[in-house]
Amino acid sequence: MTELGNIILETRDLTKHYGGVHALEGADFTLRKGEHVAIMGDNGAGKSTFVRQITGVEQKTRGDIIFDGKPVNFTGPLDAREAGIEAVFQTLALADHLDVPDNLFLGREKTKWNWLGPFRRLDYKSMREDTLEALQKTGVKIPNIRNTIQNMSGGQRQCVAIARTATFHSKLTIMDEPTAALGVQETAQVENIIRTLKEQGEPLILISHNMRQVFDLMDRVVVFRRGRICANLDIRNEDITGEDVVAYITGAKTQPEYEDAA
Amino acid sequence: MSKTDHGVGGLTYDKSKKGWPNEVNIFAALILIILIFEALGQFLPYMNDQSFLFDTNGRFDTIFNEARLKIIILQVAIIGIISLGVTQVIISGGIDLSSGPLVGAAAMIVMSFAQTELVNGNPNPKAVFGDWAFDLPVIVPVIVGLCFGAFIGAINGSLIAFTRIPPFIATLGMFLICRGIAQWWTKGQPVSFPTESFAALGSGMMPVVWFALLAVLFHLVLRYTLYGKHTYAIGSNEDAARMSGINVKRHKVLVYMIASMLAAFAAIILSSKNLTAQTGMGQFYELFAIAMAVIGGVSLTGGRGSIIGTVLGAMVFGVIQSGFTYIKLDAFYQLMAMGAIIISAVVLDQWRQQRGSSRN
Repeated sequence: MTELGNIILETRDLTKHYGGVHALEGADFTLRKGEHVAIMGDNGAGKSTFVRQITGVEQKTRGDIIFDGKPVNFTGPLDAREAGIEAVFQTLALADHLDVPDNLFLGREKTKWNWLGPFRRLDYKSMREDTLEALQKTGVKIPNIRNTIQNMSGGQRQCVAIARTATFHSKLTIMDEPTAALGVQETAQVENIIRTLKEQGEPLILISHNMRQVFDLMDRVVVFRRGRICANLDIRNEDITGEDVVAYITGAKTQPEYEDAA
Repeated sequence: MSKTDHGVGGLTYDKSKKGWPNEVNIFAALILIILIFEALGQFLPYMNDQSFLFDTNGRFDTIFNEARLKIIILQVAIIGIISLGVTQVIISGGIDLSSGPLVGAAAMIVMSFAQTELVNGNPNPKAVFGDWAFDLPVIVPVIVGLCFGAFIGAINGSLIAFTRIPPFIATLGMFLICRGIAQWWTKGQPVSFPTESFAALGSGMMPVVWFALLAVLFHLVLRYTLYGKHTYAIGSNEDAARMSGINVKRHKVLVYMIASMLAAFAAIILSSKNLTAQTGMGQFYELFAIAMAVIGGVSLTGGRGSIIGTVLGAMVFGVIQSGFTYIKLDAFYQLMAMGAIIISAVVLDQWRQQRGSSRN
C-alpha cells in the first residue's frame, strides 16, 4: 500500500440548497494524495450533489473547497478539469462517431503545423501510439482502437472514458457509479483500472452501491445520509464490516462525532 | 462469415457489424440509377433506343455521351460548391437554409463591383455605382463577395452559438433577409456586363474545376485538421465536446462563416458564368445543397458524413436530374420526384443509424 501524502482535496461546510431542499448540508471532507475513498449512501442522500459541487457542474450555496492547497471556485466543469479534477460520469462524455484515440485526445489533440491555427494538422500517428500505450498501462483491452465508440459495448466505452482520465495524470479522479450498468467481467476490468490508479498513487473518489467492490478496493468509506455526512470509516485499519456500513447508510447507527448533524 | 475477436472480460468486437464505408453504398446507388435510366432508354417506347450515357450515334470520340456527361457535371458544380459548406454545417449538428438567398444577394453585390465601363463602345446601361466602380481588378469583386459571405455566416453562427436559437430558425430568418438584400440592392434591377477577367472565372468548365479543387481542399480539412475533428466532435456529442475543452461557440461561428463563404463563392462563379446577376438567383439552391449532402450520407443528426459522400451525392443528384430530362419527364413531375428522393434518403439514413446503434 502506498504512503498517503498531503491533503489534495478539502471541503469545509460545503452546502447546496435547491430552493427549500437542503440536498447537501455542511459537508466537511478531506482526501489525501494517493488515497481512494468511497462515498456511499442511499439514493438522494447527497452523494451526487456533493460530487457536482466539487466538479463545478453546479455552484455551491455555501462553504469552501480547497483543492491542491488553494481555495477554488469553479464556474464550470471545464474549470475543474483544467485544475486537474477528472470526472467519469454515468452519462459518458464520449463522441459516438469518433474512434478511441479521437475520444482520448478530444479537446487536447496533438497537432503539427501549428501556424495554421484552427486548420493545423492532426498528428494521428502519435495519438495512436499514445493511445495504445495508455490502454496498455491501464490494462484496457480493445480489439480495434480505430473502431468508432458507437460500435462498442458499455464496458468498453466505460474503459475508454476511464482510460482518458488516467492518461492525462489528473490530480484527482472522480467516478460516479462506473460499474452500475456493466456485466461481471466488464466490472472486473474497470476494477483493475482502479487498482492501477491506486498503484500509481492517484487519488480517487468513487461513488458506489457495491459493498464488495468498496471493501476490495477502497481505503476509506464516507457515508452520506439525508444531505449530511454521518460516518467516516477507515475500512483498511479498523474492524468494520459491510453490516456496519449498511447500518450507517440506513440510519441505524451514526458516528458520535456526527451526532449533532444527523 | 463473421469473425469475433475476444478481448478480456467478454468484450467482443464483431467485425461483420462494421461493414464497408458508406461511400461505397452511394457509389453503388449511383451506378444503379444510371443503369435504370439506361434500361428505361431501351424499353420506353418513345425513346427510340437512345442511350443515357453511351455514345450510340458516333457523335463523339469516346464511348460515352460526352455532351450529357459535361452537362451533368456542370449542372451540379455550382450547387456542389454550396453543398461542401452545408456538409460541414450538418456534420456539426446544424442546418443552413440561407445559402440559396445568399447566392442571390452575393451575386448582386459582387456583380456591381465587376462591371465594365463600355459595352460595345456604349456606356454600361446597367451601371450600379459611379465611374470609380468600373473595370476594377477581378480580385475586388471576389474579395467583396467572400467578405459579404463571411459577414452573413458570422451573424448566422453568432445567433446560433450565443443566443441558442435553433439553427433552423436563425438561418430561416437569414433566408428572408438575404432575399430582401438582393431586391433592395438595385430595387429589383438585374446587374450585368462584367469585365472579361471576371467572366473568365466561371466560363466553360471552370465551375467544375473550382468544385473539384474546393472538394479536395475541404476533404483534407475535414479529415486531417483540428477544425475537422472538432466539427465531427461537436455534431456527435456537443456536451462531450464542451466538457473536453473545445470552444464550441467559436467553432460554430467558424463553421457557418466557411459555409456562407462557400455559398458566396458559388454566387461569384454563377454570376460570372451567366454574365449577369438577378435577384431571384439561387432559388431552391439551399434545399438542393442539403439534398446532395443527405443523399451523400451526411446524417442530419450530426457527427456523420464526408466530403467524398457529398460529391457522390451531388453526382447522384445530377444524374437523376439529367435522367428525368432524358426520359422526357415534365419539369413539375421532376420537382415532385426530387422531393420524394430527398425524403427517402433521410428515411434510409435513419434505418441505417438504428441498425448501427443496435447495441446501445
